Amino acid sequence: MSATSETLVPFEDVLAAYDPALGLEVHVELNTATKMFCGCPAAFGGEPNTHVCPTCLGLPGAMPVVNGKAVESAIRIGLALNCDIAEWCRFARKNYFYPDMPKNFQTSQYDEPIAFDGYMDVEVDGETFRVEIERAHMEEDTGKSTHVGGATGRIHGADYSLVDYNRAGIPLIEIVTRPILGAGEKAPAVARAYVQQLRDLIVALGVSEARMDQGNLRADVNLSLSPKGSDVLGTRTETKNVNSFRSVERAVRFEMQRHAAILDAGEAIFQETRHWHEDTGITTSGRPKSDADDYRYFPEPDLVPVAPSREWVEELRGTLPENPVERRARLQEAWGFTDLEMRDVVAAGVVEAIEETVAEGAAPQAARKWWLSELSRRANDAGVEITELGVTPAQVAAVQKLVDDKVVNDKLARQVFDGLLAGEGTPAEIVEKRGLAVVSDDGALSTAVDNAIAANPDVADKIRDGKVAAAGALIGAVMKEMRGQADAARVRELILEKLS
Amino acid sequence: MSDPTPDLTRTTAADLAAALAAGETTSVALTQAHLDRIAAVDGSVDAGVHAFLHVDTEGALAAAVASDERRAAGAPLHALDGVPVAVKDVLATTGLPTTCGSKILEGWIPPYDATVVRRLKDAGLPILGKTNMDEFAMGSSTEHSAYGPTRNPWDLERIPGGSGGGSAAAVAAFEAPLALGTDTGGSIRQPGAVTGTVGVKPTYGGVSRYGLVAMANSLDQVGPVTRTVLDAALLHELIGGHDPLDSTSVDQPVPGLVEAARQGATGDLSGLRVGVITELQGEGYQAGVLARFHESLELLTAAGAEVVEVSCPSFVHALATYYLVMPCEASSNLAKFDAMRYGLRVLPEGVDAPSAEQVMRATRDAGFGDEVKRRIILGTYALSSGYYDAYYGTAQRVRTLISRDFEAAFGRVDVLVSPTAPTTAFKLGEKLDDPLAMYLNDLATIPANLAGVPGISLPSGLADEDGLPAGFQVLAPAMADDRLYRVGAALEAALHDRWGGPLLDKVPALEGVAR
Repeated sequence: MSATSETLVPFEDVLAAYDPALGLEVHVELNTATKMFCGCPAAFGGEPNTHVCPTCLGLPGAMPVVNGKAVESAIRIGLALNCDIAEWCRFARKNYFYPDMPKNFQTSQYDEPIAFDGYMDVEVDGETFRVEIERAHMEEDTGKSTHVGGATGRIHGADYSLVDYNRAGIPLIEIVTRPILGAGEKAPAVARAYVQQLRDLIVALGVSEARMDQGNLRADVNLSLSPKGSDVLGTRTETKNVNSFRSVERAVRFEMQRHAAILDAGEAIFQETRHWHEDTGITTSGRPKSDADDYRYFPEPDLVPVAPSREWVEELRGTLPENPVERRARLQEAWGFTDLEMRDVVAAGVVEAIEETVAEGAAPQAARKWWLSELSRRANDAGVEITELGVTPAQVAAVQKLVDDKVVNDKLARQVFDGLLAGEGTPAEIVEKRGLAVVSDDGALSTAVDNAIAANPDVADKIRDGKVAAAGALIGAVMKEMRGQADAARVRELILEKLS
Repeated sequence: MSDPTPDLTRTTAADLAAALAAGETTSVALTQAHLDRIAAVDGSVDAGVHAFLHVDTEGALAAAVASDERRAAGAPLHALDGVPVAVKDVLATTGLPTTCGSKILEGWIPPYDATVVRRLKDAGLPILGKTNMDEFAMGSSTEHSAYGPTRNPWDLERIPGGSGGGSAAAVAAFEAPLALGTDTGGSIRQPGAVTGTVGVKPTYGGVSRYGLVAMANSLDQVGPVTRTVLDAALLHELIGGHDPLDSTSVDQPVPGLVEAARQGATGDLSGLRVGVITELQGEGYQAGVLARFHESLELLTAAGAEVVEVSCPSFVHALATYYLVMPCEASSNLAKFDAMRYGLRVLPEGVDAPSAEQVMRATRDAGFGDEVKRRIILGTYALSSGYYDAYYGTAQRVRTLISRDFEAAFGRVDVLVSPTAPTTAFKLGEKLDDPLAMYLNDLATIPANLAGVPGISLPSGLADEDGLPAGFQVLAPAMADDRLYRVGAALEAALHDRWGGPLLDKVPALEGVAR
């Protein structure tokens, strides 16, 4: 590794001298019940080597059979990406040796992808970039190697390696973009937005769990720089398995800065794959990769060609969900959110949650408030996706209803969420069990207000002198005495009545 | 005769099935008779026929007992229930080693059955054992078996053909009434020709390949190896038909093969048009083989067929095409043998902590024989970037031309015919060091594999110059396998009349060979 590869050029300086070219390869693990070429469950996890059979273990004599559901998902993804769908295409063998690949070839598609020539419009800060899709093709996943011993967890230096073939043969769709040019300073954001929007699309299609943290959706980031104004693409690097949206953005940024440093020093970029390090936010050298890598592709003779009828393709086109961009515009208008509010909602991945909460009767702004602040924070603290938190839109709407009905205030509502997460029952039951209902009974409140006035004569005087703003201190004291279970508006009224 | 049960081993499968149905014998009796015959003549790598790599005495007898119980209860599973069968060692069998004649799979016992094996078991046929073959079915003499060659029952100094020499020799030596073979470029038909047996390569896709350890997936087919055309039809019907585990298997009912064989045996071929392939006779063909071929043509004419000459000009490129397509597919198929999951594992010498790659290299170096390595190298080279179009691409285009030749020919005639192999059985070792001479054995059988059409080889007699069997090949359009049986049975009946019985009546008794 040369010294310059560790040096970075400030991001603004990169843009002064170079134009970035981006390319993204995203692998989507389909959520089919069974694997791509056999009847084994395609479920995530399981005891190692329990979801296996002669076919996905590549035993001598075993043969593949194409999973029709995977073809259907591939076509739907292709259509949603505005691709043409092949009338006739084949699988091919990609030949290379690696212990986690049972046959020592991957059954993939080569020059005959199921979907090709599409695009996706990506929005960044209100600006639209058209990302051209070169192809989306079907293939099978490999097994998973675990390298035991050694410092790096990589194969080099390991004492031994274990392979779990449960993942071998799980259907993947690889979606490859054409080079994305002209994004300039927004290249990192465009990369992130593309992957994020693609994820949303995949989720809307219902064809994958699309969880980056579980590896259902894996992004490889290709990047090259060319001198400003040049129309010749520079040498690229491919950063593998970047597994969060934020990391996609960071990886592009880092590689731009690293490439610029090397080019500024008059050196050449080494074409290679690079590993992304989530903790340190840098990439390190992987293996050399050149266009001369020879996989000796040839058509898989054990499979018949896939020839989806036009009728079927059109039938599948009819099952496509609303385009996410149009859908967002529609929802934003319906909800009356500002651009900034909508962007935050999208970034937090809570569009669907808010939509369902609103459908359950909550006001859009109230739904936004709960999902974006309270529940996002809790998901973050728990280290889970917000959809995995265990609070449903219906529950959020029920909590908001309690607020609307003045049964609880916002502060008490947070305690209702505590109860929901602890599994204490419905919001109403939690209010009952925890005794959270707001006290608006004037008798109890009046005593508390009197106590507060007596304890804070200075404040009371100020209010008598017309400094109404000082009432806040007394309200605070009352709320404290009532352990938060008071209707703050009524408390204020009582204070002002008594001191007028 | 010293053999206590000569009749049972010399009886055809159809007659054994009839005897079982009539209660004249039991599956245990005839399975034991064949096991005894194997013990008497099969011997070992050093002496005897050496058709078997593994004999499953216990399993075969247990299956025979179960068959007899079913029959006693009046519930046989199939006409062939209880009739024993031998299986080429390239087909996966649970509980029985499946080595493909290679050291790299020594001792491997599959956890699953090939579909054809499952169909044999489901029909109640006891499996006698696994038969010898050229390593991964690569060869025409069975000399490339890592476990030593099989010997031809007609002359133990000679090859039994290949790659399925074991299945053909087992049937020719009366060690089994039926056997399964596989045919990628002639591996059923050429051994059939040189051992005086009947072998059929079905239409590509007519029989499931699931569990057949592939040499070349686009060419391989499983098929029957028997002593009569009718027996081949019985076995073919049993193993044929669609298999959801093999997506290249054709989803159409198997045509009435047994019926076609019975109809053909009446000897009437009137209205049938027979095409003699110009390119598959003449130069390179042994005189005695050609003489028997022409006699057979006369018999077909006498049976009412019209015999004409048909040219298939692209067939002269078939061998070259085959030796590109086959190694390309084979090189990729054989990549899975890497010591990581099953089979042989060899650690490299003088390396303390070898990497996975070093273990793969050492294992593949030690585990594969020369012919296998030759084809892996050929295939890897031909698929390489920059060569793919010139080799694999061109081969596929020529393959299309060969298919078109067949289509044109079948527009004029109902079946095509040729000698099966250019010569009779050659001596062991004679062509072992000359791969090209070895490859020429498959000249006449390869076109059918390249085009996916079915073919049968049946004995046409003994060549005058060496007294060894010659084979007659019949080819039919895809999915018209029934024509093979009609023509084959008619010719067989005429030849049996001429000879006064089956050709195999003349095979040496082989007593005392298994020393």
